[in-house]
Amino acid sequence: MRLSKAWLVALRDFKIFRRQKNILYSIIVFPIMISVLFPTILQYAGQRSAGLLTAANLPSLIDSFSFFIVIGAAFIPLSIASYSIVGEKIEKSLEPLLATPLTDGEILLGKAIAALLPTLVAMYAGATVFMFGVDAVTFGSLGYNYFPNWTFGVLLLVLVPVAVVMSVLYSIIVSSRVNDVRSANSYGILIFLPLLLIYFASEIHIISLDINGLLIIAGTLSAIDIALYFVSTAAFQRDEILTKWK
Amino acid sequence: MIGLIETENLTKKFGDLTAVENVSLQVNDGEVFGFLGPNGAGKTTTIRMLCCLISKTSGSARVGGYEIGDKNDSLKIRKLIGLVPDNVGLSEHLTAYENLDFYGRIYDCTNAQRKENIKRFLEMLGIWEKRDVLVGTFSKGMKQKLAIARALIHEPEILFMDEPTANLDPESAKTVRDFILELKKEKRTIFLNTHNLDEAQRICDRIAILNTKLMATGTPQELEQSVSGKKTVIVLEQVNDAILNALKKLSLKSLTSDGNTITFDVIDPNKENWVVVEAIVLAGGHVGSVNVVGSTLENTYLKLVRESA
Repeated sequence: MRLSKAWLVALRDFKIFRRQKNILYSIIVFPIMISVLFPTILQYAGQRSAGLLTAANLPSLIDSFSFFIVIGAAFIPLSIASYSIVGEKIEKSLEPLLATPLTDGEILLGKAIAALLPTLVAMYAGATVFMFGVDAVTFGSLGYNYFPNWTFGVLLLVLVPVAVVMSVLYSIIVSSRVNDVRSANSYGILIFLPLLLIYFASEIHIISLDINGLLIIAGTLSAIDIALYFVSTAAFQRDEILTKWK
Repeated sequence: MIGLIETENLTKKFGDLTAVENVSLQVNDGEVFGFLGPNGAGKTTTIRMLCCLISKTSGSARVGGYEIGDKNDSLKIRKLIGLVPDNVGLSEHLTAYENLDFYGRIYDCTNAQRKENIKRFLEMLGIWEKRDVLVGTFSKGMKQKLAIARALIHEPEILFMDEPTANLDPESAKTVRDFILELKKEKRTIFLNTHNLDEAQRICDRIAILNTKLMATGTPQELEQSVSGKKTVIVLEQVNDAILNALKKLSLKSLTSDGNTITFDVIDPNKENWVVVEAIVLAGGHVGSVNVVGSTLENTYLKLVRESA
């Protein structure tokens, strides 16, 4: 596996994404929503219901909001990877690519990098603004800056990459079975189910979103990632692509 | 002669369907080899196997001395070859230049090589002025030309072309054919899939006719003569029973009459036609013209394909 070759595939996809408005929107919109919307909600709620948002209950609310960064991180690669693979299918550009001295693994890795990197950059940028925004609006109530903290560090540096990888691999599998981006996105929505279950489970206190809880979730998602890796590499083989893909 | 492409009993099955059966052929260095066959004959499947895009079911094949099906050799084969697939498969959101530059990088061409080859091939194909235009806006003909330039960007030893002029307007098809003839002058080895008989006859040094199985291989002239020989067509003022009876006595092969025309097979027209004309004149006939027509590649192709169906 030559990383330099996979990087070439990713660079080409970046160039294509630059000219695809829907992909640009999906990369930008969710991080902006998270970084602006949640601090604004906290600010508004703090003003409207003085006394309800106290130093005791604010941290759990902020942690709940923080988990949306994971959900957002899983959302962005859906449209990128779907377009990246389904777009190649529509343009029938995989055949000439497969005829070059690139291995199937290098092409797949290139596609994964192309979906992974913009997602992480966008979500980390959004998370940074989110941290500053939340600190700014909650300092008065908490008396200290809530961020940065170790829990958020684990969420950003462990859980987010694992969730992004899960979304990328799942999108590759879905894209191999459908013929248009819309269908790929429709099936892709299913990836949110486990993440939403985790979120609701945390809301009713079945699981906790503290460091231990996040590490357990990350471990579980990593196991899913490994399973998805084997399925996606089996789907992304030249014989399969040229003879069995729809 | 060096066999740059060699296959022995190459076979591909998709489940119960046999797409290519026991194909054995050899393509020599510097040769333009035409692969003729109807739709579904297995031409594209053969190219895909030779380009290491899909696996073979049985048999063997070597491209540039490397074995298809061997994982290490597959990468070496793909370095040697260029492919113009039946669907151009260009990235429509990239410019012509970006498309070619990407492929040049994959093949490890240096910056100078990429620049030089992109300019050279786009100029040869008449689309250099469009280099910075998004491919999505290109016509079919322009896309096909760009796909050919892409396949050549790394100066491959062997060029595989899968129906490069299919679905093109006559002018674009001519440009592509002329370009292939230019490549032929450069002594490039070209494996050309086509069902355009005229194109095959004009461009190819040798032709193979495929309909799942290999039906025949040879030069266009050899193939023309392989199925049926020459025919003599004599136009008379009038054909009557006396003339026909006189000709029947000569035991001519495939003798037919249609209106005032008589046709029969000949092996040596210079000797045989005199005898026939003399018999017609003695039977009271008046000969208007005597023509010898050869068998065409089309006749050969249709006969072989119908026989195999």
